This record gives sequence, C-alpha cells and structure tokens, in this order.
Amino acid sequence: MNAFQRMNTALMVDEAKQIFKVSRQTFVDPDILEAERAKIFDKCWLYLGHSSELPKPGDFVTRQVGGRNILFARDAKGTLRALSNTCPHRGAQVCREKHGNAKSFQCFYHGWVFGLDGALRSQPGEASYAPDFKERSTSNMQLVPRFEGFRDFNFICFDRNVQGLDEYLGPVKEYLDVIADQAETGMTIVGGTQEYSMRANWKLLTENSIDGYHALTTHATYFDYLKATNGGLAPVPLDGAAHDLGNGHAVLEYKAPWGRPVAQWVPMWGEDGKKEIDRLYQGLVTRYGEERAKRIALYNRNLFVFPNLVVNDIMAVTIRTYYPLAPDFMNISAWALAPKEETDWARKYRLFNFLEFLGPGGFATPDDVEALEQCQRGFRNAAEVQWNDISKGMGKATPSYDDELQMRAFWSNWNKRVFATAI
Amino acid sequence: MQNISRAEIEDFLFAEADLLDEWRLPEWLELFTEDAIYYVPSTDVAPDASPDKNLFYVADDRFRLSERVKRLMKRTAHAEFPHSRTRHLVSNVRIRNRSENEIEVGSSFITYRTKDGVTDTYFGSNRYRLVAENGNLRIKEKRCLLDSDGLRSQGRVSIIL
Repeated sequence: MNAFQRMNTALMVDEAKQIFKVSRQTFVDPDILEAERAKIFDKCWLYLGHSSELPKPGDFVTRQVGGRNILFARDAKGTLRALSNTCPHRGAQVCREKHGNAKSFQCFYHGWVFGLDGALRSQPGEASYAPDFKERSTSNMQLVPRFEGFRDFNFICFDRNVQGLDEYLGPVKEYLDVIADQAETGMTIVGGTQEYSMRANWKLLTENSIDGYHALTTHATYFDYLKATNGGLAPVPLDGAAHDLGNGHAVLEYKAPWGRPVAQWVPMWGEDGKKEIDRLYQGLVTRYGEERAKRIALYNRNLFVFPNLVVNDIMAVTIRTYYPLAPDFMNISAWALAPKEETDWARKYRLFNFLEFLGPGGFATPDDVEALEQCQRGFRNAAEVQWNDISKGMGKATPSYDDELQMRAFWSNWNKRVFATAI
Repeated sequence: MQNISRAEIEDFLFAEADLLDEWRLPEWLELFTEDAIYYVPSTDVAPDASPDKNLFYVADDRFRLSERVKRLMKRTAHAEFPHSRTRHLVSNVRIRNRSENEIEVGSSFITYRTKDGVTDTYFGSNRYRLVAENGNLRIKEKRCLLDSDGLRSQGRVSIIL
C-alpha cells in the first residue's frame, strides 16, 4: 500500500477555527499525479484553443492537451474539430507541423490520407483491404470524445459521459462574456506563443495565477518599475473581491493602478492615448450601458477554470494553460488575447504591457517561476513539515482579492475528485 | 563603418559577453545607443517579426532595458538572487551587411546558466545592428533568436542573453 492509498483526504479543515491546510504530499507523490491524471485530467473539460487561431478553412494547429497529441482543425465548411493526432493504422502522429493550412493530412509511415474531418480518404494497397474498410469508423482518425466551445474558447474532454461544457463552466461563462465583450468584432489570439516550463508541481501555478497576496513582495521590482515609468500608474488602489464559482472555478475581480488597453488610461499614454481610451470606453457604454462598461473597462479579472486554465484580464489579456509531466515539472503555454478591431496604437501598448509583467522574460513571471521552484524545493522537507496553510480570509463574509478563498475553492474540488469525498 | 574588421567586431562581442558573465550590467548597458532596442521573440514567429504585432518574450526599448538592468541588480529580483552563474559563448560571427553609418552582424551563441544545482542551456543566433559613437562601437539593436522549442525546459529568460 503506497502513501496515497493510505490517505483519504489531503486537506485539514476546521471552519470554526479558521484552519485550512493542504498536505504537501500532494505536490511530490507520483501516485497522486497518477490519480490526478485518471480523476481530473481524464474527466474534466480542458482548454484546447481559441477559434481565432484557425481563421480559414483548412487551418490547423497541433498541441498537447491532457497528455494527448491533438490536431485542432477547421474543415472546408468552417467546422472546427479536435482529432486524436495518431494514425488509426499503426499509431504514428499524422500531422507533425505545429500549425499550417492543409487540404488533407497524410501519415508518412504508410501513406494513409485523411480529410480535415479525420475520415480516411485513401491508403496505398487498398485492394488488399476488406471491401468496406473505408466505411468503417475505426479506419478514420478518431475525434476526441467531447469537443465544445463557448465564445470562441474551445474545450475537449476525454470522458464521453461528462456534463456539457455549458453546465461545467456555470458562472464562469458570465466572466468569459465580460472578457469577450471588450471586442465589438470578436477577440483574437495575437501571433506568438509563450511556451515555457517550471520545475514545480502544476497546482502551484494554479495557486499562483489567482494569488493576490504575493504581488507586493514577489513582484516588488515590478512595482518599482511602474513607479519609474513616470506616469505608469493611475490613482487607483488595488481593491476587490474573490469569488468561488463552483466546480473548483474561481475569480478575483478588482481595481488596479495599471493601464488597461480596454480601457483604463494612465498618464504615460499621453493625450493621444487618452482620446483613444475615451473612444473605446464610449463604445462600451453605447453597446452595454454605463454600468457594464465600467466593469469591462475598469475592473481586472484573474479567472481560473478548473483544473488548468487561467484567463487573466489585467494589463493585457492572457490565456494560460499548463500540464504536469512529473510531480515536479510542468509545461506551460500562454497566449495574448485582444479585440480584433483594435487600433495599432492599442495593440502595441497591449503587447508592451503584457511583456513588462507577464511571461518568462517579463519583470514579474521569472520571479513567480523562482517562487514556485523554491516551494517545490521546500517540499523535500514534506516528511517533517507536512502542511501548507491557505486560511487567509476564512473569517470574512466577503474575502478580499488578496485572501485565499479562491485557492480553497480549487483545493476543495480537487480533493473531492481525487478522493471522492467532500470535505 | 566601411573599414571595420570582423576581428574588431568579435572583440566587441566577446567583451560584451564578459560584462554579462561578470554581472557588470550597468557597464553593459553603456554599450547601447540611446534609441537602442533589445528583442527576444517567441520561437513561433518570423525572425524579423515586430513586437508591436506579435507576442515576444522580451521587447525592450532603451528605457525598459535600463529598468531591466536596475531590476536585475536588486536583491528583490528573486529569479536572479543570489545571482546565477552564466557563460556566454559567441561564435560564427559574420558581417551580414554594412553601410556608411551602420553594420549588421550575425553570430551564434550558447549561454549556460547555473543556479541551485540546475544548469540550463540557451542557444540560438544574435542579430546586431551596430553603429559608431565617438569612435566606439555601440549596439542599436540586439535581436536574440532562440533555436529551442520555446523555453522548455529553461522556463525563463531572467538573465540577459
């Protein structure tokens, strides 16, 4: 019996005493990772990609999702599909390019050719196969069991019997709406992917992505930098709340002093920038009314979708997803999302904003990488020092953006799924 | 810039590498012109892509580059505290183009970074646009093109490449 099998919960919770602790075993134990693969990544909706990545018929991208190789393609009629990127014949990856445009896909091993919908079109030596071979669904590249989208965010699930995406996302949809409503003509992924990794457990990045508490210490140099930009900050204090959105999802919604290309002006953007930001804001008011316009423009959102998707609508909008290769190693992919109709001015500042904070070359993310890797090192002492504390804000009716409610929401659902017991 | 030799450019690039490896970053910054840019594009965009339209890893103008240097010299730049140890190897130096005022140089690099017992390797090519200021070579643009598949498994570019 391994350590994991002896556990029936990873949490120590006492609401009355404001105790919420997480076992550090969860970050280091290979048996727990195996359980996470079976009970979380094989069962939950996982983010695949954004519709704007495949604008034209025949466009495709290949990527790894939930440990599988996925071919995400748009067919001649415009239909999007998620295919298992493996030849039904003998297993080779069919498409080996990261992205492109194709009329069909050919497996180079024996030359089988598949349509954009995965259907087998031809194979060398057809006469040697059964007469109905091509009519058999098993001769085609296989569709991922479930594929659904919301507002151009496309998800897959390997469990055929999973609840629909709509129901799974629940209140998350309203926040995705607020983010997508920034644009009049739809949001688009900007060219260029940040692909990186961390020598840390994947759940540390979940916590970190929705952690308002670490900003002023971990990112001290980022705030130094903003002050030095002479006008980089608006007179808006950090203030807001955390919300548990059910199913392990959570969000922070708050005001912050940095500039937002939709639409919070900061002095460093000058008078021309002010005109542009005013124009964008007025557009929002016209489309949605004053109250919603204010929420879209002036509030930031760090949105977490269980188990491994982060959509942060902050000084720029990033989509980030990550997946564990080992208990102490994960791969991360991040994209920038922007309104399609955005002016060159706004796009430039959006990307400028993005890089000063976000990403592995920015002024903040490298310090997050360091923090998470240092936590992972600290977990070598897990046999003696067994618990993480995430009790901050437990006594409050409305926990603040810098409390830890959102992490408790994640861990409660994680625990329920891995141990099949509610806390 | 018509008479400058490859050997002179190599000396300049080797000296730049030394400044980085010795963490003499304020001196390194002085190698750059006032309108300089330093770019590390993401690895799935064209080598000449613009950071105004594409997501990069690093796209610094001179102001942000000076802030990057300031940041890296602080104890609160946690990713580089204590400082990692690095070795920038520069090779395959070639003059790609030259005009009266400017010279374009290509080079290959391998940079090792070690910290906390973990060593990462960064590799790729650098494209420089160099100019002369008061008789000294200065960098107007440094574009660092990584050959790796993103930043896996380096995880970050917390050092200057």
